Amino acid sequence: MPLCVLLMGGVVGLQAYREQHFRNLEVEDQILYVRTPSVVARLALSFKDVFADLYWIRAIQHYGSTRLSSSPDKQYALLYPLLDLATTLDPRFSIAYRFGALFLSEGEPGGANRPDQAIALLEKGRTANPERWEYPYDIGFVYYRNREYSKAAEWFRQAAGVPGAPNWLAPMAAVTLARGGDLQTSRLLWQNLLSSEERWVRTAAERRLTQLDAIEQIRQLQSLSSEYQRRLGVPPPSWTALINAGLLRDIPRDPNGVPYVLDQASGVVSIERNSSLWPLPTEGTP
Amino acid sequence: MRSILHVARHVFRDSVRDKVLYSIVAFAVILMVSSFLIGQLTAGQDVKIIKDLGLAAMSLFGLFIAIFIGVGLVSREIERRSIYAVLAKPVRRHEFVIGKYFGLVGTLLANLAVMAIAYYLVLEYMRFTMPPGQFTVSPAVVDPRLSIGIGMIAAELAVVTAVAVFWSTFSSSAMLSAALTAGIWVAGQFGADLRNFDQVVKSPAAAALARGLYYLLPNFAAFDVKSQVVHGLPVGADYIVVTLLYGAAYVAMLLTAAVFIFSRRDFK
Repeated sequence: MPLCVLLMGGVVGLQAYREQHFRNLEVEDQILYVRTPSVVARLALSFKDVFADLYWIRAIQHYGSTRLSSSPDKQYALLYPLLDLATTLDPRFSIAYRFGALFLSEGEPGGANRPDQAIALLEKGRTANPERWEYPYDIGFVYYRNREYSKAAEWFRQAAGVPGAPNWLAPMAAVTLARGGDLQTSRLLWQNLLSSEERWVRTAAERRLTQLDAIEQIRQLQSLSSEYQRRLGVPPPSWTALINAGLLRDIPRDPNGVPYVLDQASGVVSIERNSSLWPLPTEGTP
Repeated sequence: MRSILHVARHVFRDSVRDKVLYSIVAFAVILMVSSFLIGQLTAGQDVKIIKDLGLAAMSLFGLFIAIFIGVGLVSREIERRSIYAVLAKPVRRHEFVIGKYFGLVGTLLANLAVMAIAYYLVLEYMRFTMPPGQFTVSPAVVDPRLSIGIGMIAAELAVVTAVAVFWSTFSSSAMLSAALTAGIWVAGQFGADLRNFDQVVKSPAAAALARGLYYLLPNFAAFDVKSQVVHGLPVGADYIVVTLLYGAAYVAMLLTAAVFIFSRRDFK
């Protein structure tokens, strides 16, 4: 028994040594051996749902690790194939479709910047689950983020036509057509996702609404900066200068408490790169 | 009838003492409990994954148990040299085979019940530890519909046991019987492919053969309602009844064939 404990200690020690010295030699997790969903579906026999869960776990691990990666050329190359496999194995895997809608269509670096793949995934979800209004709504949402407002409105109209769809969907098409691209419409779209069944979708919506708050605050600060420049002929050199001019009461901070950045040369206001809200979305900023 | 019950009771008592079964059930229970940890990695899909993994564990380990106990009908008796003593008793061969089968199914159901209790305990713990706002999650965490899935797994495994018993009357090799049973189980998952074979081949003979196999092989995929019950979708009572009747008819056919073969087998 003591020998066993000793050997176990040796194994743990060697593993820790490997971890420290050979980390770079570890195989990258960017390989997907079987990419054809129909093949995986057959290989999974009667355990398709468990395989779907495994691919789902891989998808979020892939997304999370890529998002946190500091590599300048990071890519979410496996996100679509993994979600495609998960949803083929379990065609009712709602979160996989909606996760794809949000993060495949999201611009870099927070997402894959592939609205085409997001729409393909959601179309697949709509075909498999025609009774769900969420998928046509999400397709409209992706088009909206892609600034294709007439297509977005058309999909919102289709979503509203699904039996059981909420009442707020019906006027959404008209609002999108009339005011597509403004901050209020963006806010309305994201607020609707706060009532989603999926926790991930709700969390993403909460974050995006906070970002929209930041965008609104930056617009107000930008107008103060312009006012300062109009009065004194030069951009404000610092927040203190704006405070001394009576335009501000305190150093402005984003909703997460990180001070905004004021460019001394141009007077342009932006969000701090270290803020958890960076980068801010471009939607709602026509 | 009394002899059948006597054999079944004897087989049940003998099987439940088997340490290998304890190991399989313990492994399945550990997997279900660990699914709670896996669920933490899954961005809000913990309940679905725990449900999926639990049902899959019951199905997979139940399959191991069904094959493991089912194929030992003859081989184990020959190994222990007890077949001669059994046949010398006033038990007719058909009573022996049928009694054995019901004893094995009883053992299987007892093991499945242990796994199901562990499954519901994990789900109950999950529900207990959930934030109050999530109690209204649909489908419910501890969903009574899950028992339909477990029931269908039990029915599927009863057919698998009948297949194992059938092969064991043919062969004295437990390994061969296990391989044949596992092969039939895998083939039984491809019912839809066999049915639609004519869409992928040009040969009418091959298509007819595939169609014949579709009707001949047990359609195990029909018992698989795991996805529906996990997503809280209704499984029609008529579907359940017809599938259970299909399973019962298949078991009856296999046991009749097994009795026929076993009655003619010479153990000298």
